Amino acid sequence: MSDPTDPVTQDEASRPDAAPDHPGAGDDSPPTPPDGSLSGNGTGSAPMEAAFLGLSRDESVELLRQMMIARRLEEKAAEVYQMGKIGGFCHLYIGQEAVAVGSITPLRPDDYVITAYREHAQAVVRGMSPEAVMAELYGRVDGCSGGYGGSMHMFSKELNFMGGHGIVGSHLPLAIGAGYSIRYREGDQVCLCFFGDSVVNIGAFHESMNMAARWGLPVIFLLENNAYGMGTDIRRVAAADELVQRGKAYSGLESVVVDGMDVLAVRQVVEEAIERGRTEKKPTYIEARCYRYMGHSMADPSHGTYRTREELEQWRSDDPILDYSRQLIAAGRLTEEQYKEMDAEAIARAEAAAEFADQSPLPEPGAVYENVYSDAYPHGIARRDDWREEFS
Amino acid sequence: MAVLTYREALNEALREEMDRDDGVFIIGEEVGEYDGAYKVTKGLLDTYGEWRVRDAPIAELGFAGLGVGAAMTGLRPVVEFMTWNFALLAIDQVINSAAKLYQMSGGQYNVPIVFRGPGGAALQLAAQHSQCPEPWMSYVPGLKVVSPATARDAKGLLKAAIRDNDPVVFIESELMYNTVKDDVPEQEFVIPIGSADVKREGSDVTIVTYAKMVHHSLIAAGQLKAEGIDVEIVDLRTGRPIDVPTVIESVKKTNRAVVVEEGWPACNIGAQLVDDIQREAFDWLDAPIARVSGLDVPMPYAKNLEKLVIPNADHVIAAVRHVCHGKQG
Repeated sequence: MSDPTDPVTQDEASRPDAAPDHPGAGDDSPPTPPDGSLSGNGTGSAPMEAAFLGLSRDESVELLRQMMIARRLEEKAAEVYQMGKIGGFCHLYIGQEAVAVGSITPLRPDDYVITAYREHAQAVVRGMSPEAVMAELYGRVDGCSGGYGGSMHMFSKELNFMGGHGIVGSHLPLAIGAGYSIRYREGDQVCLCFFGDSVVNIGAFHESMNMAARWGLPVIFLLENNAYGMGTDIRRVAAADELVQRGKAYSGLESVVVDGMDVLAVRQVVEEAIERGRTEKKPTYIEARCYRYMGHSMADPSHGTYRTREELEQWRSDDPILDYSRQLIAAGRLTEEQYKEMDAEAIARAEAAAEFADQSPLPEPGAVYENVYSDAYPHGIARRDDWREEFS
Repeated sequence: MAVLTYREALNEALREEMDRDDGVFIIGEEVGEYDGAYKVTKGLLDTYGEWRVRDAPIAELGFAGLGVGAAMTGLRPVVEFMTWNFALLAIDQVINSAAKLYQMSGGQYNVPIVFRGPGGAALQLAAQHSQCPEPWMSYVPGLKVVSPATARDAKGLLKAAIRDNDPVVFIESELMYNTVKDDVPEQEFVIPIGSADVKREGSDVTIVTYAKMVHHSLIAAGQLKAEGIDVEIVDLRTGRPIDVPTVIESVKKTNRAVVVEEGWPACNIGAQLVDDIQREAFDWLDAPIARVSGLDVPMPYAKNLEKLVIPNADHVIAAVRHVCHGKQG
């Protein structure tokens, strides 16, 4: 990331110009949502307050704090991954923090959240401890999934965080299942479902949106359009000029675009979607245009074959954390000193999480047969290898 | 006791469980207004309303996954596949979601769901509509796989499946819905998943089988009796977990075994049974185990060719005679 300790002096002239599919890009002003609703209607403090969606000073600073914790945790994950502490795939969220924070923070605890495999930050924003996330990355017993899931399968039933799914698009049907449960019980919750841009081409996307719209299921389909499905530019494989237009096919589905690099803009459209779900029992499809600063996973380069260094640098200069910190400072809600303190705290928190994970024990070998069935492991079902020592 | 068809028994099981637990709902194609493609859900929409008997679009992946998500959030869905052939479109949700979520979440999210519908060949439905999914499904840890042969078993096992806290694959049969009828207790009963049932006692040879092939085996046993061969028939009822102790007990008594199933021969449940028997009863066997299964081809349409592919009582009789060859009566 760019040096976040220096938010004020960041060179404004280096902002991206005309980055594709990105509202608000192409001028030197801070990003605004496409409908301009946050731009205010005059000068003075009222528009300024409106710009913060009625959030108190502390609440608005909290959004920044959460983005910073997520960022520093992911940076730590990258570091320890390279040290060999984390196995398997590791997909980092760096650059997309505004989407998670803007969308999860307005939810109630009894709402549901479900997501794909780039979910560490989303889990933390939902309330999971960085320790539980990091211990899961390390495959330890104190991980949020007991070491069974790893990077791609983080769960917390207590937080209604339904995972953590590794097959592209496979969790969208699960999201409408949560929505179905809500309607079935005549509740007023919503289910927030994150997914990436490559999902718009898979059948589960269509099947889920169709049923959600037809039956009025309160699901918020939150597309994080970071422009690339792994290393493939979404524009090369999607027959849609804008991914938001995919939602227009369904009667009863509101489809909106938002600047996914702007935490307040995300929060505003998600608040509207939550209200639509709670009161009108209708789903919403949101395309949040954003960018990941790292490769698809830790195994991939951040740029090179499929995107240029220049493009990456342009988006880096539109960093959601830096932009928002400037906004808070300009509004007199944050000082540079506070920012530095918060960043130091976020770094310390990530360090502590890694330390905790390192100390957490590996699962016992006997745990290998646990959690396959919730009832007792049925007799005759375990085809144990005769030549190994039995566990138990 | 009341004599019910296989179809009526399933319908009763659904009704009883929906009355017992208001979290139980059914979703699938044609299950509501149309009363079910095979009428298993007949009348349920009128009784329970559209949120509990949901007519789904033809989108197996989507509505199977909807069931999984509903199960994760407190409901007990019964997902009907019009036939298991169409469930191939939904297999990601059955295997990658339902079967694995409990473990991947470290024991937080169990998935109490039933995926049910008919499997196997019917009458000249050709290659894409005549498949036996039991072996595919029984391969997967995290699933339980049930395939009942009688109306009584269908009812008792479906009730158990709905009450089970883990995903259960429940495989019925177009050909049995109406033709199989037997005594079903009128009082409440549940048959535990994973328990085999001795459908016929005998002393000379054990046939291990399940579903439709139980009936072919019973016909075969009747004919073999005239030849002086006394056949015991073990109906597995469950492909996962297999009730190995019941199988072994029978084989140790008869010292001979034939495994019979409808589907393809490679890597099927019969292959697994042969392994179980040789491991646990090798010294009791007086002859190599024989296997009867369908031919190793996609199902052809032509009536005579279809007949060649599906095992019948004559094939079972031939296999039994083979393993009993030289047996002193």
